[in-house]
Amino acid sequence: MLEQLCGFDGIDMKRIYLDHASSMPIDPRVLKFAMPFLNKNYENPSSIYSGGLETKRAIEESRRKIAELVNAENTNNIIFTSSATESNNLAIKGTALRNIGNGKNILASAIEHISVLNPMKELQKNGYTYDIIPVDSNGLVDLDRLENLLTNQTIITSIMYANNEIGTIEPIKKISKIVHENGKYLHVDATASAGRIPIDVQDQEIDLLTISSNDMYGPRGASALYVKQGLKIQSILPGGGQERGIRSGTENVFAIVGMGEAARLAKNDMNMESSRLKNIRDKLIHEILKIDNAYLTGHPVKRLPHHVSFRFSHIEGESILLNMDMSNIQISTGSACSSKTLEPSHVLLAIGLKHEEAHGSMVITLGKSNNLELVPDIVKVVKETVNRLRKLSPLSNLR
Amino acid sequence: MAKQIGYSKKVMDHFMNPKNVGIMENPDGYGKVGNPVCGDLMEIFIKVKDDIIEDIKFKTFGCGSAIATSSMVTELAKGKNIDEALKITRNDVADELDGLPPQKMHCSNLAADALQEAIKDYKKKKK
Repeated sequence: MLEQLCGFDGIDMKRIYLDHASSMPIDPRVLKFAMPFLNKNYENPSSIYSGGLETKRAIEESRRKIAELVNAENTNNIIFTSSATESNNLAIKGTALRNIGNGKNILASAIEHISVLNPMKELQKNGYTYDIIPVDSNGLVDLDRLENLLTNQTIITSIMYANNEIGTIEPIKKISKIVHENGKYLHVDATASAGRIPIDVQDQEIDLLTISSNDMYGPRGASALYVKQGLKIQSILPGGGQERGIRSGTENVFAIVGMGEAARLAKNDMNMESSRLKNIRDKLIHEILKIDNAYLTGHPVKRLPHHVSFRFSHIEGESILLNMDMSNIQISTGSACSSKTLEPSHVLLAIGLKHEEAHGSMVITLGKSNNLELVPDIVKVVKETVNRLRKLSPLSNLR
Repeated sequence: MAKQIGYSKKVMDHFMNPKNVGIMENPDGYGKVGNPVCGDLMEIFIKVKDDIIEDIKFKTFGCGSAIATSSMVTELAKGKNIDEALKITRNDVADELDGLPPQKMHCSNLAADALQEAIKDYKKKKK
């Protein structure tokens, strides 16, 4: 039936999942570790009887593991939240609101996640101003523009560690130097990179760092915000005073404990896993670039080890996604047709692509279930998909 | 598996196995709608004899529903009298495909417009 629909022959119909930036399966070791906190150790960490103390201890242990992953100077500098979106909101709003006396300007790069950009727009309604720092065609932040835009009124600057759509890794150490010379605090969204590549908040002088659980094989429902020692931020979720009063709400112990274990494993496995994925990444890039009018998006070298992204002329991304799904390969796209807003990805527009070019994008994010042996199958399906859609396209000469 | 973004089985079938794909040298009517900037562009070519659409071809750049609606409109129009074919609406095309997701009803359901353009072009040439 599927073969009939796809018209592809000889392809193993086993599912090949290549969309790890959207969602990841929980690591079985993490699940085993955290499972008891769903049904055995279910006590509220705020309760002072022994069971509560045990869950509290497990949360503190998780905090320590996450502090170690990013080399935080103090375990207490890690605040647990419910999602990377919440961490980004807390970083931007919490810092801006608490430090309002020091300035009301916010900076962010043009390729930040929507959960960084939208809180800024919200603050604008409350009298704050914001400016967008452009990026070059590879997605690297324009450091001269950053320097020019920074003033003594710039309370927070937000730059992502690496971009989820194009894989480009930003020069954070250089950026933090510039920010600290002229502005105040640097927030780094490390959702796509924490657990994948080394991050050192002390060496890189990062003031706030967003870390996501599900992006390193931890459960959903947990994220962390690193806040540098001494930096005061305001709660955006007042209540019972959990997480040092910065983030109230009864802790999602299962997700938090799982996130800590995921962070420990990610740190442990990082070198081996990233060189394994780099191999697959480079092979895919090499093979897919052989297709006519296929272009890599993002930086060719300064790139996440698991990230492969392209654009193909004359075809549209949702079609690519659907076509590949029919061959049981799941990828992502920045095409307008696959988004809720019906606008193409702001990241692809920021690197200078025209609308019609941004429509034809494909994003592959690799993970543990992928291996080098899959590359020929993936490349075959990509080629057949691109070829089939081009034959349908009035923009292409293919018949 | 075949339930992507809420597309019906029929949409996916027309997307994966579209009918009447191609171009025509010297068509009796030609219609083009959409814009690659917006993500959808459709071309329809018709061959007409005694006011009956004898043959019809299309080429489409766009998302799954853009391709499926193009394929469907060619199926609906083929063999029809031009005045009858002119009455085919966007909704007819969507209904024949067992519906489209709401966000696709406007942006990617241009195939009926392309057909109408092609028929108008034919009528203009005939005069």
